[in-house]
Amino acid sequence: MTPVPLTDFPLLPLFILLTSLLVAPILFALPESAARLRTGINLGMAALKVALVAWLAVKVSEGVIYDLRFTMLPGLEFKLQADPLAILFVSLSAILWLITTVYSVGYLEHGPHRARFFGFFSLCVAATVGIAMAGNLFTFLIFYELLTLATYPLVIHHGTAEALRAGRIYLIYTLTGGLVLLLGTLGLWVLAGTTDFIPGGVLDNVAAERPRAAQLLFVVLVGAVGVKAALVPFHAWLPVAMVAPAPVSALLHAVAVVKAGAFGIMRVVYEIFGIETAQALGMTAPLAAMAAITILYGSMRAITQDDIKKRLAYSTVSQVSYITLGVALASPIAAIGALGHLIHQGLMKITMFMAAGNLAEGLGVKKVSQMDGVGRAMPGTMLAFTLAALAMIGLPPLAGFVSKWYLAQGGLDAGAAWVIALLLGSSLLNAVYFLPMLHRAWFRDGTRAKETPKRPRIGWMLAAPPITTALMVLAVGGFANAPFSPLEWTRFVVAIAYREQSQ
Amino acid sequence: MTTDPMTFALFLPLFGAMAVFLLPRASVAIGLASVAATCGAVLFLARDVLAKGEVMTALGGWEAPLGIALRADGLSVTMLSMTCAVGLLVSLGALDSFKGTGQMRTRQYFWPLWLLLLTGMNGVYLGTDIFNLYVMIEVIALAAVGLTVLSGTRAALRAGLEYMYASILGALLFLLGVGFVYLHVGRLDLAGLIEAEPSGALSAALALMVVGLMLKTALFPLHFWLPAAHANATAPASALLSGLVVKAALYIFLRLTMYMPLLDEIMVTSMGVLGACAVLWGGVQALRAERLKLLVAWSTVVQIGLIFIAFAHAGPPGLHESWKVAALLILAHGVAKAAMFMAAGRIRAELGHDIIRDLDRAPVRPTLAQFTFALAAISIIGLPPSLGFIGKWSLLEGAMSSGYWHWVVVTMIGTLLSVAYFSRVFAGFLRFDRMRNPVAEHQGWALADLPPLTLALAAIGLGLVAAPVLSFIELGYPFGAAP
Amino acid sequence: MTPDMIYGLTGIAVFAIGLAGALCAQDRLRRLLALKLCSMGAGFLLVVAAWRVPPDAPDPVPHALVITGIVVVVSATAVALALIRRLQSLETRDDD
Repeated sequence: MTPVPLTDFPLLPLFILLTSLLVAPILFALPESAARLRTGINLGMAALKVALVAWLAVKVSEGVIYDLRFTMLPGLEFKLQADPLAILFVSLSAILWLITTVYSVGYLEHGPHRARFFGFFSLCVAATVGIAMAGNLFTFLIFYELLTLATYPLVIHHGTAEALRAGRIYLIYTLTGGLVLLLGTLGLWVLAGTTDFIPGGVLDNVAAERPRAAQLLFVVLVGAVGVKAALVPFHAWLPVAMVAPAPVSALLHAVAVVKAGAFGIMRVVYEIFGIETAQALGMTAPLAAMAAITILYGSMRAITQDDIKKRLAYSTVSQVSYITLGVALASPIAAIGALGHLIHQGLMKITMFMAAGNLAEGLGVKKVSQMDGVGRAMPGTMLAFTLAALAMIGLPPLAGFVSKWYLAQGGLDAGAAWVIALLLGSSLLNAVYFLPMLHRAWFRDGTRAKETPKRPRIGWMLAAPPITTALMVLAVGGFANAPFSPLEWTRFVVAIAYREQSQ
Repeated sequence: MTTDPMTFALFLPLFGAMAVFLLPRASVAIGLASVAATCGAVLFLARDVLAKGEVMTALGGWEAPLGIALRADGLSVTMLSMTCAVGLLVSLGALDSFKGTGQMRTRQYFWPLWLLLLTGMNGVYLGTDIFNLYVMIEVIALAAVGLTVLSGTRAALRAGLEYMYASILGALLFLLGVGFVYLHVGRLDLAGLIEAEPSGALSAALALMVVGLMLKTALFPLHFWLPAAHANATAPASALLSGLVVKAALYIFLRLTMYMPLLDEIMVTSMGVLGACAVLWGGVQALRAERLKLLVAWSTVVQIGLIFIAFAHAGPPGLHESWKVAALLILAHGVAKAAMFMAAGRIRAELGHDIIRDLDRAPVRPTLAQFTFALAAISIIGLPPSLGFIGKWSLLEGAMSSGYWHWVVVTMIGTLLSVAYFSRVFAGFLRFDRMRNPVAEHQGWALADLPPLTLALAAIGLGLVAAPVLSFIELGYPFGAAP
Repeated sequence: MTPDMIYGLTGIAVFAIGLAGALCAQDRLRRLLALKLCSMGAGFLLVVAAWRVPPDAPDPVPHALVITGIVVVVSATAVALALIRRLQSLETRDDD
């Protein structure tokens, strides 16, 4: 055992949580008219959070262990920890929160219910951070439910009948998923006597003695988090929920909800069951098959959607399952691809949703069929969109290529050559639904563009965020092997998850 | 002169009730002061119980059998604290509800009735013999009926009369049971009942008392009086009735099952089955309710059912654990439901109506009251980290580990139903497209919203301190660590 | 049959009659009277509990309880009667 360095500031994870949790009531209480103050608090806290997360990341990479506990019921603890996997997700949410906050301020300028919006927005990020740093499944469950509750008012922000219908579907899916997760957590607690996330899993004995119960538990737990990860057949809420305002969709698809689900699958497979136990139970292969079906199904449905946001939503259904696939392949190389994709997909998808929001705001373009010539009207936005779309398709050296490369390698490593075919097919489908959009935007003179010859004026707060994230897409792909790049960190995480196996 | 906090907890509200009746002009000041002073007495009592585990005293120095003995342990102090704390906040909320000259009469009658109610409830929680418990539930019933009809509308009077009949009948069934007990055991103190030989007659007596209590606490199918009574009362009265009053009968039920351990599998299971019926039937009725307060009242029926499921969730062998789960749920419901009824009252006051379908048609949105309602709903649905969640977690855990999967299924269905009926309300809060004119949203703070908001936040925050609360409830438990 | 048995069974019978009335009667006043009958039955039972085989003096405790019970029931009846009157007057006023 190497000695564990002492922490100089053990409450750091709690502070990171509180930066967004405590700011929510303040934002609720601020009057609607106090826009400047609200923006100031929002941006200040978001920036503070990025700084704190950076500090945490440095400390954790030095080997410092953060472990905060608080007893809720005899034996049952509320536990925050900052392991490398948590850092990966926390950094993603911290950085994208900052960017999305800028975007939301611009997007909602003069819109109604801003106090409520930003309050729930902060709660939503707090829940995501809590999910990332949860040290056991019980804590994970608490934040998982908080996330549902915080996103519901955001989804139905417009308050129209359509939004409410979408909200109802969203609630039915996610709260049912939450209830099933509650059952699963209870089952784990009763079977294993702990709900802690421990690399290598906590269910070895149970799996040996009662394999049926362990299998059932796997189905229940993965099914529960699979609802938020939009695994087919639990995906129907995601395309409906795109009625939300653009920044909400961006956050939902890139960081908050679907990622919480994918992240949950990782925690369950790596740290509740342990990859070896999950394999021994024969559960990884069906999970991989489910992910493969979701990847193909999502892409195929995306092709026929005319609504831009709906097409993007189906694309998310497909792309997020890359993460599940990488986990389920049970190979360390595929795991690197999966974790990398957690970050990469977030950056790409947030870019596209913000760009789509700009098109709707600036030109009123909401459908693919209206996209003719928009590239000339809004070159910055469309450049960002294009970059992200090409990355999604998997053009080297962009971010999406890196994840797909590792996934394919992992497939070979795991002896599942079909993965290569799947990835090729999926990339082809990606091209089929993204390239026509790019073609319309850049190479066709649209009637729209003629109607609005002048470039629409959108503020820098709308224009800059997608460009920033697009540049990040470029950077994480191009400099994938640089120190502190997401991919490098991913290797660090995977080394921990698979340490048990190598021993 | 005695300085015993239990005596104070009993007599402060009683004297307060008399004083406000005699001096109606000073009703608010005297009333608030009495409730606050009672809270203080309960705090002192809590300190004593924390130190000794169990405290006994003879009222006025007269020992039993002539005098009346009072006893407090963890469970009773928990109930007392809930009653006083919730009562104090509801009292503060009532200041706003009954302000203005038009409400003069209401204000005049509210305070004595409420203080009398507090006396009765404190008497129940401190009582040690079943005849005194009978007297106290009658006192509670009279005060509660008075509060129900406070608004003086025809609907309230009808509901109040129905409530009165149910209450009298419940109390008389209880009294008949008391008679049987005396006939067979020759004593009435709870401690004496532990030593009694189990017999068929004693079981019959227990059954009679339990049926009487079921009528008072409105367990399905004896819930018929509750929805109308709680829905038609004024908001502070509803909060007291739903949050606190039904709990007194539940408490006696818990006590009886501790001191008269005559329950077999069939009795315990049938409690749970009735609870399950309440959860399902109440849930369906709440889905159909047209008015907000009626929906909230039906949700009380559901929650009472859930408490009985909690009681039965591990069968007779698990009773030494499951009464604590039931107590947690009682506490959670008491705090959250009081908050919810007061918030519903605020919404009604601002909108001028409480028809769920038209919640979004009003030109004004009382944002903070709506927020409070939602927070209370989180605890009542049982979402983390509220106390309702902790209660539900303990229930499910117990049911799973003892293999009673049917209770797990019923609880899950009940939870889904509660999500469904509360989301009807949320949709009304958050819909905006049916109003042509701009909607005025309340922003910032309104003093009247603070008491319910405090309660709702407490319902959620208490979940974080569930571990100390649980260990407090166990203090002075008559069976100690025994089954 | 000992006297206490007779009284006891009578008490239970009276309670049962009252219970049936309380559940079945439509008229408000009748239901109240039925409930009164229930209270009589319960009181009977308590009085029986006081009875001892003659040379022994009867147990005073149940008597005290019965008196307390009567006071409680009288006040409850008064409240119920007041409610019924009030309701009656509200309803007749609305009918005019």
